[in-house]
Amino acid sequence: MQYHTPTSFDDAIAIAAQADGVTRFLAGGTDVLVQMRADILTPDTLINVKGIDGVKDITRTPEGGWQIGIAVSGAEMTEHPELGRDWPGVVEATDLIGSTQVQGRCTMVGNLCNASPAADAVPAMVAAGITVTVSGPDGTREVAVEDIPTGPGKTSLASGEMITRITLPPRGENGGDAYLRFIPRTEMDIAVVGCGINLRVDGDTITEARVALGAVAPTVRLVAEAAEAIIGTTLDDAALAALAEAASAACSPIDDKRGTIKFRTHVAGVLAQRAARIAYARATGQKDS
Amino acid sequence: MSKIHVTTTINGDEVEYLCDPRETMLDVLRDRLGLTGAKEGCGTGDCGACSVTLDGRLVCSCLMLGAEADGHEITTIEGMATGEELHPLQQKFIEYAALQCGICTPGILVATKALLEKNPDPTETEVRYWLAGNLCRCTGYDKIIRAVMDTAADMREAS
Ligand SMILES: Cc1cc2nc3c(=O)[nH]c(=O)nc-3n(C[C@H](O)[C@H](O)[C@H](O)COP(=O)(O)OP(=O)(O)OC[C@H]3O[C@@H](n4cnc5c(N)ncnc54)[C@H](O)[C@@H]3O)c2cc1C
Ligand code: FES
Ligand code: FES
Repeated sequence: MQYHTPTSFDDAIAIAAQADGVTRFLAGGTDVLVQMRADILTPDTLINVKGIDGVKDITRTPEGGWQIGIAVSGAEMTEHPELGRDWPGVVEATDLIGSTQVQGRCTMVGNLCNASPAADAVPAMVAAGITVTVSGPDGTREVAVEDIPTGPGKTSLASGEMITRITLPPRGENGGDAYLRFIPRTEMDIAVVGCGINLRVDGDTITEARVALGAVAPTVRLVAEAAEAIIGTTLDDAALAALAEAASAACSPIDDKRGTIKFRTHVAGVLAQRAARIAYARATGQKDS
Repeated sequence: MSKIHVTTTINGDEVEYLCDPRETMLDVLRDRLGLTGAKEGCGTGDCGACSVTLDGRLVCSCLMLGAEADGHEITTIEGMATGEELHPLQQKFIEYAALQCGICTPGILVATKALLEKNPDPTETEVRYWLAGNLCRCTGYDKIIRAVMDTAADMREAS
């Protein structure tokens, strides 16, 4: 295994573009090192991205959104004084990853590019409408988070490409987001179902919404029908029932010891309702329920 | 395979070593530097027995490469006592018998020291969540939690 510590994105991309065999980027290493240790995968080329200028920064964009460096850890996001006020769901979802020790290292980009269907940060990122900047030898493109994972462990990144930036849109007025997951324990477990919801209201009425589900399909899913079920409503009982139905209908989960198909499908609806209530309360300025 | 030359600071002392790029920090500490306080319970980030701090932040040394320590500061359980004088947490763990086999103890001490530096007045719930990644097969956790709560109270009084 070749280990590299580039100090610029250009160098990192050049190394990745020239590398033979399996290449991995080392952000927090909480997936990469586990896979090495378990003999699942030892890369031929490992590129540590933490020495690249600016990768630890969290900054406001001119539009009022946020730019988050690719090596910012979950703990650093949680400790940030303002980020969680704009995007509590995104911060809480990332904060659910692993233990205190894992939080000190894990990143949103690593969570996204490891491409587990059960990744916790990803549904919240999709719901929030986050985009990432993908750069490679052939240039740079801006990609929606939902277009990165293509299947378990697989992404749409070409060889030599890497994510160089994460951009959160401006929160804007009267908006709120939330993420909830179901796990059999209270900590340190993999989501059986996860749901991220982001919405905006005008008075009591929902005007915009995005609903994303995790762990119920080969990739995290953006469910347009679930969003449509609550747009134009005040999140009344009928809207909540329609939301649950649409969320459950979007599931094509696996059956395993952690949750049966029936269970996951049902819980997706329940979690969608609960996450919607929290996001709605945040958007309408009620105290968190 | 060529080895990587690393210059780092461990428990306040400058340390240099050569390591294989695949070697974890935990392996470097235990096998190259003779610092065997950090334990390997799982090697995959689940148990916390390998806990150290990296630039003041609590991490699993099994989830970090030895090469990644270059230019950074590591502290381990070996840096906790001052000579023969134990840290108040160590003292209290003995008093409360908050350990049995002791495999988890170095990691739990390093983790709780990091907690009390960040939050000198944690609630019991906060202590339990902070330690969610530190597994103990022996004690049932209760004595550990009580020892931490009591140390925190003592340290607040003393400061
Ligand atoms: C004990 C433990 C508990 C965990 N609990 C959870 C949990 O509750 N929920 C959850 O979702 N996950 C969990 N995980 C998995 C893991 O911590 C997360 O997926 C984490 O977010 C990975 O981030 P990282 O920075 O450590 O990634 P790394 O391991 O550094 O990288 C992961 C992948 O992303 C790629 N990558 C990294 N940066 C880039 C980049 N800039 N461009 C392109 N590709 C890149 C790498 O090549 C690699 O394939 C857990 C892991 C452990 C060890
Ligand atoms: S040995 Fe590192 S967490 Fe178990
Ligand atoms: S004392 Fe034996 S594992 Fe904790």
